[in-house]
Amino acid sequence: MSKLCDSLRQAMERAGLKDGMTLSFHHHLRNGDHVLNMVLEEAARMGVKDLTVQASSLFDVHAPLIGHIQRGVVTGIETDYMGGVLGKAVSQGLLDRPVVFRSHGGRPAAIESGRVHIDIAFIAAPTADCQGNLNGVYGPAACGSLGYAFSDARCAGKVVAVTDNLVPYPASPASIDETLVDYVVRVDCIGDPQGIVSGTTRITRDPVGLRIAQYAAQVIEHSGLLKDGFSFQTGAGGASLAVTQYLRPIMKQMGIKGGFGLGGITGYLVDMLEEGYFEQLLDVQCFDLRAVQSIRDNPRHQEISAMRYASPTAKSAAVDNLDVVILGATQIDDHFNVNVHTDSSGQIMGGAGGHSDTAAGAKLTMIVAPLFRARLPIVVDQVLAVSTPGDTVDVLVTQRGIAVNPAKPQLKAQLEQAGLPVYPIQELREMAQRLTGVPQPVPRGDRVVGLVEYRDGRIIDEIYQIP
Amino acid sequence: MKIGRSAAAGSLESSDAMVTISPGEGMTVEIESVVMKQFGPAIEAAVRQELARQGVEDALVRVQDKGALECTIRARVETAILRAGEVKA
Amino acid sequence: MIRSMLFIPGNSPAMLQNADIHRADAIILDLEDAVSPDQKDAARILVRNAVRTLGFSGCRLIIRVNPIDTPYCALDVSSVVPLKPDMIMPTKVSGPQTVKDMSHLVAQAEAACGLAEGTVGLIPLLETCEGIENAYAIAKADPRVRALFLGAEDLTSDMRAKRTKAGGEIGYSRGRIVMAARAAGVEVYDTPFTDVNDEEGILQDVALAKSLGFTGKAAISPRHVEAINRAFSPTPEEIAYAQEVLEIIEEARRMGKGAIALRGKMIDKPIVDRAKYVLEMARMLGGKPE
Repeated sequence: MSKLCDSLRQAMERAGLKDGMTLSFHHHLRNGDHVLNMVLEEAARMGVKDLTVQASSLFDVHAPLIGHIQRGVVTGIETDYMGGVLGKAVSQGLLDRPVVFRSHGGRPAAIESGRVHIDIAFIAAPTADCQGNLNGVYGPAACGSLGYAFSDARCAGKVVAVTDNLVPYPASPASIDETLVDYVVRVDCIGDPQGIVSGTTRITRDPVGLRIAQYAAQVIEHSGLLKDGFSFQTGAGGASLAVTQYLRPIMKQMGIKGGFGLGGITGYLVDMLEEGYFEQLLDVQCFDLRAVQSIRDNPRHQEISAMRYASPTAKSAAVDNLDVVILGATQIDDHFNVNVHTDSSGQIMGGAGGHSDTAAGAKLTMIVAPLFRARLPIVVDQVLAVSTPGDTVDVLVTQRGIAVNPAKPQLKAQLEQAGLPVYPIQELREMAQRLTGVPQPVPRGDRVVGLVEYRDGRIIDEIYQIP
Repeated sequence: MKIGRSAAAGSLESSDAMVTISPGEGMTVEIESVVMKQFGPAIEAAVRQELARQGVEDALVRVQDKGALECTIRARVETAILRAGEVKA
Repeated sequence: MIRSMLFIPGNSPAMLQNADIHRADAIILDLEDAVSPDQKDAARILVRNAVRTLGFSGCRLIIRVNPIDTPYCALDVSSVVPLKPDMIMPTKVSGPQTVKDMSHLVAQAEAACGLAEGTVGLIPLLETCEGIENAYAIAKADPRVRALFLGAEDLTSDMRAKRTKAGGEIGYSRGRIVMAARAAGVEVYDTPFTDVNDEEGILQDVALAKSLGFTGKAAISPRHVEAINRAFSPTPEEIAYAQEVLEIIEEARRMGKGAIALRGKMIDKPIVDRAKYVLEMARMLGGKPE
């Protein structure tokens, strides 16, 4: 019997969709994704109830989920990241069951161990053939890597590929191949390219962000890790990305040939690959069109699964070989615990993503953030949610000073030796508070609306309802 | 002392505040802030202090705060009062 | 020691609260061109509050005020002098009388707030043809003048020349202002490079300014500060050479020798003075390389 279905409805029926199931989705189409909404809308029409959404991330485009929850179609969410629109609704008590937050490495580990069971995985596929050979590098919704979908494809009870670019058999490359896929369905459009990858990822022009990035690059320079074979990951936001801009001339001057760049990949890392600053890129997620082109055309730019990227239970994972990772934070406390799940009022607006995985793996984990944002100091007495435990965080870099985890006295000495402005983290908090004043503690509700599950499966914190 | 006419100062850009002052009986201070939970009372106290320092007793004051530091909020209040035309030296 | 001076718009709280993080030796809080006429009052009050609260202790403070023939100037001066800036920057200075008038305003403000007369210096901005031709007289007009500063944008428009990156049109003015400042014994600062995205251009422009004899250069973007600091700091080679010069002079003095040569080059007084200046500068910059 052909795997190809006439409609999404037919695919869902053939996959045996019924009440109480867990449906999974990957987030490679990011804020341009149509597939999650399409599937849930069809499920609602079919009268299905009590579904759990198991997503690698959820964005503002997924706001219709709120309606499905209110009508009982969906009653549970498990995800690695949640955008502000959904986050606000969840923080106000939308769901009876708390959202389970995992990390990008913890999620595939939980799926592959069988601890998390997926009944049906819906895999948005920018290119597919009729037997379910899939890739993300061609088609109108090309997104590059499909790394977050691999474990879903391997472990789900049924796997449905949803594509808008059905090509003759065999599709090539086959990132996820036909041995794993049960059904294929063609729809008009799986996603809006505008929301999937930006044309170009722009480095911040904000002078504060640039100042922070410059210090961050100097920290790397003097960390002792910048030698041949150096490996590096940075986020695509704000100051993080700007670090690459300042790292480049340092690597050039020192004559360093890097080993690999990891993670979400941007055009800036692609440039560095092409100019010989790195030997390889290991790519679980493409952030812009340059990265999509590169992963398609350059054999030194590899697609990797989330399991290989960051899993704590895999026999080895790329994060374990990482020298330096640059990460953000909304809050960090005296013990270097970092919150990236909520804003400073406790409202959900993010999630660990790869934050806690790379922090655990990298030799040097650096948090870059302004000393205060909109009058709110970044360093707090106690974070509102622990996303990444402080014992995996080494350095905080702000525009006015750098704090080193007391567990790393050697690193502190090296940075001081280099003339960098190193302070105890408490002093950075006081420096901020002298300018901002001392913020009042925010009130919180009694009900738990989110659980932070660390990569090893432990629940390390609870997120409370906003009153 | 009374405020003669309505005036505003500041902007709605990040780290700034927009302060509007109008004639009124008694003192009414309305505050809207992106950091209301953390700094609402502190902002109101600073605004009232600045009004008192300038000798303003009757006015309707509205503050739309985008995370401004206190020195900025005070500057915007002082400018709005100056523009409203009544300053006690 | 001021190598770099960074302009910060006077009515932008976001920029002001981070004015001192960019490693500029001095910041110039701007009440003039960066502030529209209807916001002059707001900027004046904001700058006052910001300086009082934030302190900016890590760098020198310069405040650029509106031209003396505008209604804003006197208020600007009386409200910023109590902040004890290192210098006030008068704008559109075309002759010595403007400097004298400004100095008088500053003196009145100093007296009013109990500061010793002469606490606050002046760094006149020369940005008219007349100002360039009167550069020496301006520099000598008042003991408050600590430095001259060239403003090329308004100047080229006054010259009816096109402002270019290469800067041929301001070659004469650059030479003239450096000569005037050096003759008068004050420091001298070059006009900012205005293309924020031209990474090569800024390097060439600072190298040129350095070669012409400027003490330093202003910047309109924090991204230019590092290039300026680097170009106007003595290099390790310059420092080593200066040390060598002083050592050999000391030795010659002990041996009672008159003329002395280092690697075949006669060491005369200007070279010794230059060496002393380089070492003094290196000593002062000891805490903040870049």
